[in-house]
Amino acid sequence: MDRQLSTRAKVGWALGGLAILVYALFPVAWIVSLSLKAPSDLSNQQFLPTRFSLENYREIFTGNASELFLSALRNSVGICLIATFISVVLAMFAAYAIARLEFPGKRLILSTALAVAIFPVISIVTPLFNLWRQIGLYDTWPGLIIPYLSLTLPISIWTLSAFFREIPWEMEQAAQVDGATNWQAFRKVIVPLAAPGVFTTAIISFFIAWNDFVYGISLTSTERARPVPAALAFFTGSSQFELPTGAISAAAVIVTIPVVVLILLFQRRIVAGLTNGAVKG
Amino acid sequence: MSEIKLEHLVKKYGDGFAAVNDVSLDIRDGEFMILVGPSGCGKSTLLRMVVGLEDITSGDLHINGERVNDKAPRDRNLAMVFQNYALYPHLSVYENIAFPLRLQRSRHPEPEIDEMVRRAAGLLELEEHLERKPANLSGGQRQRVAMGRALVRDADAFLFDEPLSNLDAKLRGQMRTEIARIQRRLGTTTIYVTHDQTEAMTLGDRVAVLRRGILQQCASPRELYEQPVNLFVAGFIGSPPMNFLPGRVEGDVLHLPIGDVPLPEAARAAATGHDLLIAGIRPELFEDASVLDRSRQAGGVLVDLDIDVTEWLGNELYAYVPYEPDPAVRAKLDELDRDLDGEGMRTQLVVSLDAQSRVRDGDRARLWFDPARMHLFDPESGVTLTRDEEVAARLDAENEDLRQGSLERARRAADRAVPA
Ligand SMILES: Nc1ncnc2c1ncn2[C@@H]1O[C@H](COP(=O)(O)OP(=O)(O)O)[C@@H](O)[C@H]1O
Ligand SMILES: [Mg+2]
Repeated sequence: MDRQLSTRAKVGWALGGLAILVYALFPVAWIVSLSLKAPSDLSNQQFLPTRFSLENYREIFTGNASELFLSALRNSVGICLIATFISVVLAMFAAYAIARLEFPGKRLILSTALAVAIFPVISIVTPLFNLWRQIGLYDTWPGLIIPYLSLTLPISIWTLSAFFREIPWEMEQAAQVDGATNWQAFRKVIVPLAAPGVFTTAIISFFIAWNDFVYGISLTSTERARPVPAALAFFTGSSQFELPTGAISAAAVIVTIPVVVLILLFQRRIVAGLTNGAVKG
Repeated sequence: MSEIKLEHLVKKYGDGFAAVNDVSLDIRDGEFMILVGPSGCGKSTLLRMVVGLEDITSGDLHINGERVNDKAPRDRNLAMVFQNYALYPHLSVYENIAFPLRLQRSRHPEPEIDEMVRRAAGLLELEEHLERKPANLSGGQRQRVAMGRALVRDADAFLFDEPLSNLDAKLRGQMRTEIARIQRRLGTTTIYVTHDQTEAMTLGDRVAVLRRGILQQCASPRELYEQPVNLFVAGFIGSPPMNFLPGRVEGDVLHLPIGDVPLPEAARAAATGHDLLIAGIRPELFEDASVLDRSRQAGGVLVDLDIDVTEWLGNELYAYVPYEPDPAVRAKLDELDRDLDGEGMRTQLVVSLDAQSRVRDGDRARLWFDPARMHLFDPESGVTLTRDEEVAARLDAENEDLRQGSLERARRAADRAVPA
């Protein structure tokens, strides 16, 4: 009886999982397939390309679209790395204080962070656009890094403070008794313990910034600062009668690759980091 | 050589609560000092003040004659074993033990570190586990790693905060003897915190009993047992605990709920001026009259009691006798029960009889005890009225002699083992 039920349950779960997988991965597969189609195939209403061609990739890396794409890629990588770095460093200080110290306004900081996180981005884009133009931040790297911080900081603070709360701080005291200075205790004991959490937070922050579209499209106008998601919208076909669908698909595939690779490499770390606050070790 | 001197130490936490209140202790070189008391009495706080993890609100702490109140933990050269061991999870057992040595790298070249770590590991039988991570060790092994980290360097004193409380009963017994053996062998001054009176009695050269942050008595285990200063110490030390019975004084007779007993000669002076006393009788003072030598019966009194429940343990037999307590002392005894982490259970007399005894549940048994060995307490203040200072001083001196003797032997043995 028990066994039967569990087999049936297993099949049910498997089917459910499969359905979700297909639902989630189908658009991805479609884009991959589109990116491999030759321009003549693009609207042939078939799922698979009749002939595999790397023409679209050539287009974005060396062809017409390359100027647009490569500079956008450079912008995206640079801006996202800087935003991630700043946000993780700031969040580390904030989370350390939240996890370790009792001070008035602790709850206020956490709830403000949450409020910022759920605040609709679209409603501040227009004021930001005007402000940035006035103070000269429009279409610059800092002009994107600053709003990206507002996206990445709240989640970083939340993840890191959940993580820091789980670190057994008695360890720091043990190190001090063992003869360590405050700095040695921090560097030799706390840093190695906190590293996985910091790492997880950095990856999450990076993705959030990497995936942004609204700020990217509204606060930039040239390839000086335009990130990839925004740049995709400016692709043009090789002639005005051709749609740039192929090139866009190829670029979309390229920007997805770092995400997939990072996730696959650090899957365990991320899961451990995310569940750390919830599950007591 | 290291002596630790606590002078009127006070710790007030932020909320003004005095977790440690005016504690003075003089811990001698090579001594094994126990801090014991029910949970929440301030033992850990006191230990953490000594090691430097907790600020001292007032009072002075001297190590080897030097005032160290304002020194950081690392400058006090003390080694501590934490209750949950606080092992570094990212380091192997070897590196955990080597950690304190590496922090003083200037003083230890690598081969010397290796030798010291291996010696400590050998002492604790950890050689096979040196390359493993703490997460993969059993509780007992982790405990030994924590001790290894404390032993490896030449600390002035070892401090333990309930090191055995996370182990199961059998392992706890083994580790207890192991700690005693190592401490004797190294002859290092040790402060050991526990809430377990058995650990306190078996390990300590001297035991300091704390209650609500206040030091009650600091004495040898034997003195605590035989000459407690008050109700609290008497009730805390001993297992099963001392029986406390209300007693009404009438001339030379003391009326107890279990019967009338003559006031012993020595107690008469103490009892004068009191109508009501609390009598303390240890369970093992009772004997089953039917299996007792005729010759011994002479000195004591016989009481007939209705036995409620018995527990036969092989080497002895516990019998329980419920009784109605006098309302006049009820409040005092309830307060004592709360202080001792009691459950507010029914009032009953516990007696520990010879295993030969045939007393069983529901019997009416004739028991014998010697009132001269009974303690009498003032029901208001809880002070022991029958405490004999002379005997106490003699016990103290004897204890110190014995301690010096065994320390001397251990040092001679160590000298033989490591020829200079
Ligand atoms: N950081 C703190 N802030 C306020 N009160 C504390 C703090 N740490 C301990 N206490 C209080 O001090 C008392 C003694 O604590 P502790 O020394 O840990 O007791 P023990 O180790 O004897 O069980 C307890 O009543 C506890 O609630
Ligand atoms: Mg404690």
